[in-house]
Amino acid sequence: MKPWTVLAGLGAALLAGCGAQINRTQAVYVLVDTSGTYAKEISKAQSVVNYVLGTLQPGDSLAVGRVKSRSFSEKDIVAKVTLNRDPIQATGQKRTFGEQIATFAKSAHAGGGSRYTDITGGMMQGAEFLHETEARSKTLIIFSDMQEELDYKTVRDFPIKLEGIRIIALNVTKLDTDNVDPRRYTGRLEWWERRARAAGASDWRVVNDLEHLERVFSNRS
Amino acid sequence: MSSLFIWPGHPLLSLLVLLAVAVPFLYAARAPMQDFIQRLTRAVSNPLRLASRWLAQTAYRLQTRNREVLFAHGGRELKLTIDRELERVSSMVERDLQGYPALQRRLMDEITHIEEDYKRSAEVPPPPPEWVKAIEELAKIKAGGDGVVERILGDIRKSLDGIYQKVVAEYRRAYEERHSILKRFLPFWRSAGQTLSLVERNITGLQDSAAKIDTNVGRLEAIFAKRSDAEHALTTSASTQLFISGLVMLVAFGGAYVNFKLISLPMSAMVGGGDYVTENLRASEVAALVIVLFETLMGLFLMESLRFTSLFPLSGITERMRKHLMWVSLAILVVLAGVEVALAVMRDQIIAADVALKATLGGGAPVAAAEVGWVMKIPTAGQMILGFTLPFALAFVAIPLEYCINSGRIVLGALLVLSLRGLGFVMRVSANLVKEAGKLTGVLYDVLIFAPLAIERWIASARANGTKAETGQAGAPLAKLTTGTEEVA
Repeated sequence: MKPWTVLAGLGAALLAGCGAQINRTQAVYVLVDTSGTYAKEISKAQSVVNYVLGTLQPGDSLAVGRVKSRSFSEKDIVAKVTLNRDPIQATGQKRTFGEQIATFAKSAHAGGGSRYTDITGGMMQGAEFLHETEARSKTLIIFSDMQEELDYKTVRDFPIKLEGIRIIALNVTKLDTDNVDPRRYTGRLEWWERRARAAGASDWRVVNDLEHLERVFSNRS
Repeated sequence: MSSLFIWPGHPLLSLLVLLAVAVPFLYAARAPMQDFIQRLTRAVSNPLRLASRWLAQTAYRLQTRNREVLFAHGGRELKLTIDRELERVSSMVERDLQGYPALQRRLMDEITHIEEDYKRSAEVPPPPPEWVKAIEELAKIKAGGDGVVERILGDIRKSLDGIYQKVVAEYRRAYEERHSILKRFLPFWRSAGQTLSLVERNITGLQDSAAKIDTNVGRLEAIFAKRSDAEHALTTSASTQLFISGLVMLVAFGGAYVNFKLISLPMSAMVGGGDYVTENLRASEVAALVIVLFETLMGLFLMESLRFTSLFPLSGITERMRKHLMWVSLAILVVLAGVEVALAVMRDQIIAADVALKATLGGGAPVAAAEVGWVMKIPTAGQMILGFTLPFALAFVAIPLEYCINSGRIVLGALLVLSLRGLGFVMRVSANLVKEAGKLTGVLYDVLIFAPLAIERWIASARANGTKAETGQAGAPLAKLTTGTEEVA
């Protein structure tokens, strides 16, 4: 066993450490519906954002956007962050982000909901953010009842692009009309799934049990 | 298979018919088939036997090589032990001989003192009693009632009593003086006794060392003579060493793991927290591993330069270079230990910040930064101490590592020999089995065509009988003659 052999081995390990790196970052975009009666669910959305914030690692990205009458705009991104590589700084960023979301939740709760619900525009805005992060894993969380309502001027009936994005519809509440005819609810969800998959989404999930979020976010691919 | 049957409802009958049809062909092909079976079995068994022989030879060569390594290693270890013992004896002799002139002088002084005192304490004989004769003559004088004589005798008696008292007093004084001189002896005797016991102790130590050297030289002779008892003892010793050093290495691995866990999290602040080298290996973990490995390496060099181990061929370097190597290794080790202390503090901060953030995000009250008592600092201090101590503790892993490598070579060699022999035995058995299976197949073939073979034998026997009968008639006189000759013989 010669000294240079050991040194060469260690050097190789060091080079391996400093050289080729694998991109394992993830980006999450949380789209929060603030329209109509759903605006009162904002505190739940805040809990979800806080949970996601706690699971993020240095290098990951997170943004929270809101769904309004027209949502395809950078102005509708409430807060966004790409965490620093330094864990201490990343913790500070998370703290600031959490405070921004708390402020947003308070204002949204007090301000009332928008008249129309442009989910498609919000999804497109989210997809744009997620693609820009160049993260390996991209997740779009939609916190909404998935009932889209557009004014007559807003055009959204065209194919959208969601390639490589995992979509999770959270807390999809049932409307009064859904209670009258549950097929409306299932039909609505099926329509969104078809649309998402046609747009190239890698996965589509609907989760209404917010008590076990770790099952949804445990897989860091 | 059933498609071969002539009558599918009667398989046995079909098989018998098939056999009956096949037997003439099998009989016709008997000679080439037997030859084929023999060649096939040879083609399998011969390579197996060759491989078995090669394995046996390799095992023998490996065993010879192992023996040489074993004896060389054992011899080197014993030589080192003897060298160390001789060095100890040499230093002991040097140290004690250096003190021996002073010791001898002290001893001689004490002996002279004792001698002088002894002489002085010797009993002084009373002066020769010259006047006793005169007194005896005077004592013979009879008073005879003479008053003058009686008076003179009375005066003499009185004088004598006085002289007697004086002499006795003088005698007693002289005895007291001698006793006091003898009393002064005691410290000198004690000192002489202590000096002599010191000499005895040194001599005993030397004797013990000499006995150890004798024993080791005996063992070394056995190794040089390549005796089997020495080989057995060395192999057993190597197995024990491997077991013990393996256990120690296991403990060391535990320590290294704790060290790794201690620094892997704070290393993410230095090399990036979200960077991955492989799918599941973070860059920070690789960096922490490299630090731990560097610490171990520096420990190896330190132990090597201190001559605790001899893993590297450093015999060629000068003593000065060895000292330089030692100081450089020690300095790097101290620096790395310092880095670990800093990382331990950082780790504590990262964890505290993370806990506080999660408490805030979970809706709990923010953790108060103030009022941090000394009790709360104990974990941090513990981590700092661990961070500083573990690199030095890891340095000592060089010693069991050397034993593990040296004894592992011997034990693995012995195991390899055993495996080769086992494999050779299995191959030899397989070769014999294949050979016997070939013979059995030949016999089975003959069993299948027993009917034509029986006919062949019958015809051959009939032919032989016919030929014998013909030759018997022609050669009868000769046969008779032969019989007659045998009878004569």
